[in-house]
This record gives sequence, C-alpha cells and structure tokens, in this order.
Amino acid sequence: MTEITTSLLTLDARTQKRNAAERRFRAYGLAAVLTGLLLLVILLVSVLSNGLGAFRQTFVTVDITLDRAQIEEAEAALVKTKIYRGFIEDNIAASLEAAGVTEANDASAAADLLSKDAAASLRDWARTRLESDGEKWSKSFDFLAAGRIDGYLKGRVTMESAALDSKVTPEQLQLADTLRDAGVLVVKFNTGFFTLPDASENQVEAAGLGVAILGSAYLMLIVLFLALPIGVAASIYLEEFAPKNRLTDLIEVNISNLAAVPSIVFGILGLAIFINFIGLPQSAPIVGGLVLTLMTLPTIIISTRAALKAVPPSIRDGALGVGASPMQTVFHHVLPLAAPGILTGTIIGLAQALGETAPLLLIGMVAFVREYPAGPPEGFFDPASALPVQVYNWTQRADPAFFERASGAIIVLLIFLAIMNITAVFLRRKFERRW
Amino acid sequence: MTQNRAKIRTEGVNVHYGATHAIKDVTLDIPDKTVTAFIGPSGCGKSTFLRCINRMNDTIDVCRVTGIITIDGEDIYDRRIDPVQLRRKVGMVFQKPNPFPKSIYDNVAYGPKIHGLARNRAELDEIVEKALRRGAIWDEVKDRLSEPGTGLSGGQQQRLCIARAIATEPEILLMDEPCSALDPIATSQVEELIYELKNNYSVVIVTHSMQQAARVSQKTAFFHLGTMVEYGETDEIFTNPRDERTENYITGRIG
Ligand SMILES: Nc1ncnc2c1ncn2[C@@H]1O[C@H](COP(=O)(O)OP(=O)(O)OP(=O)(O)O)[C@@H](O)[C@H]1O
Ligand SMILES: [Mg+2]
Repeated sequence: MTEITTSLLTLDARTQKRNAAERRFRAYGLAAVLTGLLLLVILLVSVLSNGLGAFRQTFVTVDITLDRAQIEEAEAALVKTKIYRGFIEDNIAASLEAAGVTEANDASAAADLLSKDAAASLRDWARTRLESDGEKWSKSFDFLAAGRIDGYLKGRVTMESAALDSKVTPEQLQLADTLRDAGVLVVKFNTGFFTLPDASENQVEAAGLGVAILGSAYLMLIVLFLALPIGVAASIYLEEFAPKNRLTDLIEVNISNLAAVPSIVFGILGLAIFINFIGLPQSAPIVGGLVLTLMTLPTIIISTRAALKAVPPSIRDGALGVGASPMQTVFHHVLPLAAPGILTGTIIGLAQALGETAPLLLIGMVAFVREYPAGPPEGFFDPASALPVQVYNWTQRADPAFFERASGAIIVLLIFLAIMNITAVFLRRKFERRW
Repeated sequence: MTQNRAKIRTEGVNVHYGATHAIKDVTLDIPDKTVTAFIGPSGCGKSTFLRCINRMNDTIDVCRVTGIITIDGEDIYDRRIDPVQLRRKVGMVFQKPNPFPKSIYDNVAYGPKIHGLARNRAELDEIVEKALRRGAIWDEVKDRLSEPGTGLSGGQQQRLCIARAIATEPEILLMDEPCSALDPIATSQVEELIYELKNNYSVVIVTHSMQQAARVSQKTAFFHLGTMVEYGETDEIFTNPRDERTENYITGRIG
C-alpha cells in the first residue's frame, strides 16, 4: 500500500479548474460593468457637447438713455416698436463711437443683429419709467442677439452657410466680428434659458425652459402629494391588515401588471377620463399630474410593500406582545424601519415620472405655451409644458439652434434626475438602521 | 402546598397550522400565583400552546385555534374580547430575543407609554429602572440607556425583553425559553425574578432544562408530538412520572 500525501502548496486539477472558472466569471462581470460605463460616457459626451452651448448666449450690450418726452412721443405713435428700434439704433451708434469703432459704423445694420423682441423689451422698461418720478433715465441693456449671430459666435454658422441663408448675410457676420472686437457683442451665461418661456420658430434666441421647469415642478408636486400617501396607505393595508385571500391575490397581481403597462396607455386613459369625461382643462399640470400619479402608484406600492416585508416579523411580535394595537405596531415600529425603502421607491417613481413624455403628449402638454402658469394651486389648471415634452418639442423644429437647446434641456433634466437620485441615496444612508 | 384557584383554564384546545395538527386536544388548568413549566422535545408544540394564551397565533394566517381558553373565567377567544387588551394583561417573552431597534430606555418605556402607566418623565424613569433591575440587567446598561437595544449581546437582549415584558405589569407572564441564551449567573438571576413574580402573577415558562423546571416551577406539563402527556405537581413529575414517555424524556431517552 502506498501512502498518498498531498501538499497544500500544489494545486490539484479540480481546484485549478475551479479557480479558472472563477477568474473567467469575474472577467465577464468586469467587462459588463465597463461596457455600461463606456455607453454612459458616450451618452454624456454627446449630450454635453451638443447641449452645453445652450447655457451661453450672445448678447448686445447697449447703454440706453431716454427722457420722458421721447417716451411719451413713442407711446403716442401708431407703430410704437418702430420708434423704440430707432432709440436702440441711436444708442448703439453712441456705444460704437465710445468703443472706438469708426469704420463700418452703421447703427441700423448693427440693430439688425438684435433679436426681434429687443424693441419690445425696451418699451416694457420705458413704460414703467413713465410711472416713476424723474425726467431722464439710462440703463445698460443686454439685448439678445439674433439666433444666427449667436450661432456664428458659437461656430454653428459660417460665412459659407450664411451665403446660402435667407436670414443672415456674410456682411452681417463681418459686422458681428467688428462688434465682438469692440466688446459690444459678448457671449455669456444665459439665465434666460431657465426663466424665459418657449419662443416661436424665428426667435430661437429667446426660447427658454421657464414654463417647462415650472410645469415639471407642478407635476412633481401633484404626484408626490397624491401618489405617496395613497401608495403608502395602500401598501400598509395590503401588507399588514388585509386578509390573504383570492381577492387580495388578484389585487396584488394587478398592481404588478399595472407597473408594466406602457405609459402611453395611461395617457389615453387620462385623455378619456380626466379631460373628456370629467372635463378638466387640456395641457394642464393637474391632468398630467393625475396621469403620472396613476403611473407612479404601482412603483411606490411595490417598493413600499417590499420595504414592509423586509421588516422582521419578530419586531411586530414584540410590539403586539407588550399590548400595542396593530396600528401602533405599524406606525411606531414597522414604518420607521421601512422608511428608507419607501423613500427610495418614491424618489425613483418620481424620477420616472419626471422623465415621462408619452402620456403628456396625449393630454396636450406639448402645446406651445408662452404664458407662465399661476402659482399653485390655481396654476395646476393653467396650460403648461414639461421638461421632457419641451425636449421633444424642440427637436421637432427646423432651426438647428433648437437642437442645441433641446440638448441643453436634456442636460437640465439629467441634472434634476441626478439630484433626485443622490437625494435617494443620501436619505437611504441617513435613515438606514440595523436590527 | 396550597392549591390556588385556576387562573387559566383550557379545554379541548386544538391548533392547526394549515394541514399540520400542532396541538391535539389539550385540557389543563393553570393556577394563579404559580410557576408552571412546559417541557417536551423540540417541535412538540410548547411555543404554539403558549402563544394561544395571549392570542399571538392570531397573527399567523394559517393558524386555527379551536377549543376553549379562559382567563379568570372569561373566554379569551370570545368575539367581544379585544386581543390588544388581552395582551396587556398577558405579557410574553419570546423564544428569540427581539428588542426593538430603539434605545434600551425606549424598549422598556414603550409598553408603559402606550398604556399610559406613567404620568410624567420621572415616573417613567422609575418604571424603566425597576423593570431593568428585575430583569437583572440594570447594572450592565444603566450607563448606556440611550444606546440601541439591538447592540447588546444575545443574553443581554433576552433580559432586556424580559424587562420590557414586566414593565407593563401583566397579570400573567408567558416565557418561551427565557434562559436559553443566558450564562449561569444571569440564569439564576432570572430564576430569582420568576420566583419573586410568582407572589403576584402566574408565570408559564417553556424550558429545555429539566433542572430549571425542577428549580422554579410548582407545576409541570409534559408535551409530546402535540399532545399533553402528563400534567401535575413538579415534584411528582420528576420523581414519580406516571407515563412511560415522560420518564423516557426526563431521563434523556427521547428528546
Ligand atoms: N408559523 C408556523 N407555521 C406552520 N407550522 C408551524 C408554525 N410554527 C410552528 N409550526 C409547527 O408546529 C409544531 C410545533 O411547533 P412549536 O414551535 O410550538 O414547537 P416547540 O415545542 O416550541 O419547539 P422548540 O422547543 O424547538 O421551540 C412544529 O411541528 C412546527 O413545525
Ligand atoms: Mg418553541
């Protein structure tokens, strides 16, 4: 009989094979993670490179000085904005002179570089002056430059493309160069992108996300205040109180099914019930909010029930054992332990709702809205837009400048989503307790 | 010893978990101001029977209890009985320690708080201290009352749960293997507590330790495969068992 001794220092064949399999498995996992990261980076780079430009805008800086007589004269005229445009031209001429531009000092041509609403915004300012005391006022205005000029300074429009373009001429671009060198034409951060309402096709420079951000905020408020209490109450009832029978099984299956229903179906439902049957206004955040609430409820219910299930039954026994009522047991012991899970589920549901487009298209939130909705709660019934719908809307327009703005809106949307998800992680960390 | 009147009476109690018949036709009277021990091999239904007495089995969907259980002559499975009120009267220490994931203080104070036993903070402090002292854990936790109860060792957690159960001053205390995780010193402290509680309450204790049953209890019931085989004075059961199965179990031949 031979004695077999094996050293721990040499690996036997089985161990070697097992280790190899383990190494392969890790490599697959790593490859999967890297692929995901790579795709994310590509997405971010493409969105950022297309959209960052939307946060900066070309402005024409003009010092305007007007006296009471000038304003009163303009207000008496038939075509008022034409007079105000004249004021702008006069003051540009002065600005150019001050900046030392002598050749090509054509104030009228320079005023052509301005956005169409420059005269209107000057008039708005001037009219409020009339109500105040004083005789003469001056202010440094940053008028928006026209979309094509903005495109030229950002490199989207070139001399060659301008030659073929009916909205801009190469001469105007040359003038823009001169004005830029003189410091009259500047590219800077565009707060209007966040505050201005949408604008028409030929005024891309004035288009902003103001109404869309407000609309999305209203939607989130409605969803939060409807879906969270309803969802949590439903989950607590189903999980802690409802008898387990056929009916509750049926409800359970249906809630899971509801979570998988395509969002456009909810849009059709909203159109049929909230607008056509109940008669709520079209394009209003209240309808969008209700539809998104229906969509978010299953997400919240499923995650809340999972969070409640994860609370060990022994905690419930302990509470019942000292004579707590079932409701005291839930509110004093179970709910606090389930809170992180509920919060995470809610925020994920809200984030989903924030990015949802299809149902909002169906209930008319894609309409062109220039007016800000009123403050809540009346504003819930005013027409509004929403961020993802605004993105969709802008990508449908012909002017490539709108594509830049759509990408910018996507960045804003992504930032909001990131903030929500970080909040979810943060809350989770903060409230997580061990037992 | 003098025989106290029956505090808990059970008559023909059967418990089913779905298709499993866990308790078969158990009839016994548990006297007041006495310690009663339930012994028997694992899985014979001791915990199940204990949980019938404070209706904890209500929380298990598949569990069905039939028969009659009365406390002080009142049928606790009567429709008019509120199990919440019943559990205030019948405290329980569970087989597995289950402190709340709250501070040690809050663990003990919770019961008195929801039942309004303390009018102010000072009274509550007093109740908590008294309960922790009787639970033989005061000295170990008096400096860390605000730390979570879940951070204690297994044995400390069990004593915390005992303190939690007696803080509400129940009339009956059900203890499911309260000493299974305790060292000999803590065990003897808990046994002293049980002995003291006996002056005012009925205590029902499930235990796997024959010595403990012999030390603390006046009455012992032996369960086997869901039936109650023998019930009587503890001395009788241990010195002169009538049933062969009881004798085999006590002497270590089944279990
Ligand atoms: N929740 C439950 N669902 C289904 N069956 C159960 C449940 N709890 C207990 N049982 C069954 O009932 C029987 C008795 O269990 P029980 O817990 O009362 O035993 P025990 O005597 O306390 O045992 P141990 O000494 O190990 O604690 C066992 O056969 C067990 O499988
Ligand atoms: Mg047990």
